Amino acid sequence: MIDYISSNTTVIWRAFSEHVLLALIPVALAIIFSLPLGYLAVRYSKLYYPLVNLSSILYAIPSLALFLLIPAIIGTSVISPLNIIIALTIYSVALMVRVVADGLNSVDPSVTQAATAMGYRRVRRLFGVELPIALPVMLAGLRVATVANVSIVSVGALLGVGGLGALFVRGQQLDYAEPVIVGIVLSVMLAAFCDIVIVLVQRRLTPWTRVGGRA
Amino acid sequence: MITFEEVSKVFPDGTRAVENLNFELPTGKITVFVGPSGCGKTTSLRMINRMVEPSGGRILIDGKDVTQQDAALLRRSIGYVIQHAGLFPHRTVIENVMTVPSLVGTDKKKSRATAMELLLRVGLTESMADKYPVQLSGGQEQRVGVARALAADPPVMLMDEPFSAVDPIVRSGLQAEFLRLQGELGKTIAFVTHDIDEAIKIGDMVAVFQEGGHLAQYATPQELLENPADSFVADFVGRDRGFRSLSFDSAENLVIDPVESVASGSDVLVLDDAGRPLGWVGPGIASEDRPAPVAGTFTSADSLRVVTDLAITSPVGIAVRVDSSGTADGIIRHQSLVRQLDERRRLRSGANA
Repeated sequence: MIDYISSNTTVIWRAFSEHVLLALIPVALAIIFSLPLGYLAVRYSKLYYPLVNLSSILYAIPSLALFLLIPAIIGTSVISPLNIIIALTIYSVALMVRVVADGLNSVDPSVTQAATAMGYRRVRRLFGVELPIALPVMLAGLRVATVANVSIVSVGALLGVGGLGALFVRGQQLDYAEPVIVGIVLSVMLAAFCDIVIVLVQRRLTPWTRVGGRA
Repeated sequence: MITFEEVSKVFPDGTRAVENLNFELPTGKITVFVGPSGCGKTTSLRMINRMVEPSGGRILIDGKDVTQQDAALLRRSIGYVIQHAGLFPHRTVIENVMTVPSLVGTDKKKSRATAMELLLRVGLTESMADKYPVQLSGGQEQRVGVARALAADPPVMLMDEPFSAVDPIVRSGLQAEFLRLQGELGKTIAFVTHDIDEAIKIGDMVAVFQEGGHLAQYATPQELLENPADSFVADFVGRDRGFRSLSFDSAENLVIDPVESVASGSDVLVLDDAGRPLGWVGPGIASEDRPAPVAGTFTSADSLRVVTDLAITSPVGIAVRVDSSGTADGIIRHQSLVRQLDERRRLRSGANA
């Protein structure tokens, strides 16, 4: 095992860093897209079910099918990493739109009303009151999306771009367990690391969720 | 002064919430909006800070039409307290209180100091400043809600059933403290409640709303109890309104008989060496060695309600007045009290006619 790792450091490192980018760029894009979409679903309640249902349908498409569908639609090469990024962004947005909308809906209406009555304008109320209160729900969704992405990226290896998934494919082709084990361990560690980071961020940003109940 | 001029509100679904409302809320006083649910009292309150826009008529604060002002700026100049307080769960107590000062951009240090003072003023301690709302009891949350509404020192306060969600004992404590606070601050307050007893206890003026958003009567609490405008108000105010209205007059002007006059009857008031009443002795009441307790005395500062209650509950139908040192300085018999209450009623209805 040590031999394998020491003689393949470059390959493993490249697979790992590719995995990180393929998994996390979609998460960042999903945050950017899902916040306004989730907000629209709450602001215009007629949009809630269309958006949430569309998200569920998109989320139900098998990943391999989506990886193949995207180049057919937008004309990229089948082995372009862009396909993976777009597909995972779609999954993450699909998951996060619902989470953002439900998070915003979870804010007690008497709190938003009080904010308005205090003299908050809409935008400031959104950023100062509603989003912070929705954070615990949204970050819980973000954890799921991030961990799911880290695991789905590997599927892309079947098409030639899949980060650590490439190690699985190689191990299987060579009937050789070491790359598979390294791939699995790194993938799990990456998922766990991302999860812990989000939890730490949540603890930092939402201290009120950790205090005890009524005195 | 807040003026309602021909104000009406029809909601998009056709519900008439408020109809042709005309009245004035005096400056520096508490005006209570009271009525059964669905009578438009909350809608009327919320039109003052434009949380609801009127369909017709005008609402003026000190002569300025509220709809001519920027809604957010208007609201920052009006304190707002609601049931369950509506505190921001993600902010500490002190941050909650600092909400409006930080919205208007007051220096942080200064607004923190003001907020801390307010916490003490509403009966909380400095140690609560850094707690989160979830750590507070219902009564404490409500106090923070009041402090938050007061933080920018607004001349006008709107309070929507602020004490309805807390238990009766906490509520009456909050009411008493609220009145004490208002005595110091003298804000112009509009206060919504469905509880007529709260309205009478708190209000300088009471506006009784009827279903459909009509103003059934607008009067002082005493006037409301003594002269309800119609059967709706009379029913709403309740059965024992005659007795309750006695709380508004002091015993100061009662004609009192001297303590010695008791001796002319068969009952005897036993006094200790300092002249303080110990109890009653008389045939069928109590023997000389075990006098029946007096069960309470009144001073000239007490209300007629207290005197009447004492006269009813006394074993001999006599209420005993004491001076500030507790010495008995007069008595009033049941019969004399009834006669005087009757005269008072005649006088008052004569004044109204």
